[in-house]
Amino acid sequence: MSAFEARSDWAVEADGLVKVFGTNRAVDGVDLRVPTGSIYGVLGPNGAGKTTTIAMLATLLRPDGGTGRIFGHDVQREPQIVRQLIGVTGQYASVDETLSATENLVLFSRLLGLSRAEAKAKSAALLEEFGLTEAARRPLKNFSGGMRRRLDLAASLIAQPPLIFLDEPTTGLDPRTRAQMWDTIRRLVATGSTVLLTTQYLDEADQLADRIAVIDRGTVVAEGTGDELKASVGTSSLQLRLVDPRDLDDLRVAIERVLGVTPIVSAEHGRVTAPMHDADRVTDLLITLRAGGIHLAELSVQKPTLDEVFLALTGHGAVSEDADEAGEPVLEGATA
Amino acid sequence: MTTATLDTTITPGIDRVLKNRVSIGQTIENSLTMAARGLIKIRRTPEQLIDVTLQPILFTLMFAYLFGGAIAGNVQDYLPALIPGILVQTVITTSVVTGTQLREDMDKGVFDRFRSLPIARIAPLAGALLADTVRYAIATTLTFVMGYVMGYHPAGGLGNVALAGLLVIACSWAISWIFAFFGVIARTASSVQGISMLILFPLTFLSNAYVPVDTLPDWLKWFANANPISHLVTAVRELANNGAMGGDVLLSLFGAAVIVAIFAPLTVRAYMRKA
Repeated sequence: MSAFEARSDWAVEADGLVKVFGTNRAVDGVDLRVPTGSIYGVLGPNGAGKTTTIAMLATLLRPDGGTGRIFGHDVQREPQIVRQLIGVTGQYASVDETLSATENLVLFSRLLGLSRAEAKAKSAALLEEFGLTEAARRPLKNFSGGMRRRLDLAASLIAQPPLIFLDEPTTGLDPRTRAQMWDTIRRLVATGSTVLLTTQYLDEADQLADRIAVIDRGTVVAEGTGDELKASVGTSSLQLRLVDPRDLDDLRVAIERVLGVTPIVSAEHGRVTAPMHDADRVTDLLITLRAGGIHLAELSVQKPTLDEVFLALTGHGAVSEDADEAGEPVLEGATA
Repeated sequence: MTTATLDTTITPGIDRVLKNRVSIGQTIENSLTMAARGLIKIRRTPEQLIDVTLQPILFTLMFAYLFGGAIAGNVQDYLPALIPGILVQTVITTSVVTGTQLREDMDKGVFDRFRSLPIARIAPLAGALLADTVRYAIATTLTFVMGYVMGYHPAGGLGNVALAGLLVIACSWAISWIFAFFGVIARTASSVQGISMLILFPLTFLSNAYVPVDTLPDWLKWFANANPISHLVTAVRELANNGAMGGDVLLSLFGAAVIVAIFAPLTVRAYMRKA
């Protein structure tokens, strides 16, 4: 790597990252390019390898193959530099349960080299910022999930790192707290931070991320802006259920002919999902179906869900696989 | 929410001048900060101090009255030999708890954050071990106090008793690195406890801590004399009872240094690999 390349605009460069747990290739050649100053979403189901990828980029886990660079610094050869450039907020709040909120932030501030007075001031400011001032002295045992998550994010911001990893920052949060978290993430980027976040929710990636990488079974299966991804599965999808499942083939043919797309037949008998690029043409389809004597029991239109993005991109649903989770002990399993 | 904290602009990553090494000064500073965390934890969960409080009292009473008559003729004459022995045994056994607690601590999410911080890798371990010297100090003090109450008046004087106490605490801190190592590599806290007791129980009893070595059969005598625990017990006896700083003190300190030199790097490496 030349000095010229090191001064690139990429906050994160991952090339062919691999992590193997036993026989399970949890991460199987992940490539990522995260531009400085953006929010980058890594979207995927449980056990897809999101957390493991972040753990490797955050120097928490040694890659079995490939390279990762943070602002041009190799995560394996210059881990201590990388650690000075990142903040990590895990899926499970990585704060000390036995300490109070203030004690937690003071501890991390002191570890990051702030003086006693600076650490106190910084902690107070962050607690204020995240609306935790009232609970500052209470033991964390009594904190709600949202409060813990906020404290966790606050702890990641002490050193004002230019890159922040957020591993499923809103999983398990109520809608209001989730909206607050989104707000905070947006403001972070406004101050010049780069954010790499993982999520299971297309909606979240769509709302926040400038670019999204869809990850499945340890590899990136698609990459692009939210609109590009959605375009690949149709802006919305048409869901049809047949009165008589034997009409399935006729229905498929009709959809292919009228809408010009290949429908997905789900495991449930008689249920068919088709990407809907143009709502007007649904009328044509319905007329065709009536003319052909194909009777519908149910018809609905759904916005694309992660499941459909997955169906379209990988040919299988976004279901978590128990085997994958068992083989991915870092952050996701061990700290549960 | 106010925007005060998030308003400041962040220095871009490529404009920062950074070092990939941690200085010794920073290592010490980080370790002390982590030790302060350990002290807060001890203060929050005082019930964890039950073992170091009760064990010295209970064991001193028990062994003095159980063995005193048989070994030394009476309890009074047995105390100068027993107190140093029981001190070493109690405090070193306490260091096992350090390993199990470290294991429990490492399973918590906060250790993920420690790993991701630009701090010395050894600090979370060294800090936890350092904070636990408070436990050793409590056990040491209580053992001597208990002995004093029962009529043990060490001829070495208070200063030498304090020195002997410090020696035991320092050696136990060194030995706690062994259990910290087991703590890091073990799967569960209870297995750490199991392995450690299996090693410590024979090691502390097959020494000169409770009985004169002369009474042992030859093969056991050889083991008891070679046992590092015996040297530490002898060192404490010499210091507390005679005020003499003999070869056993140096030998104990040397042994402690060797243990740290071997197990501290091993533990940190295992900790990093686990990470």
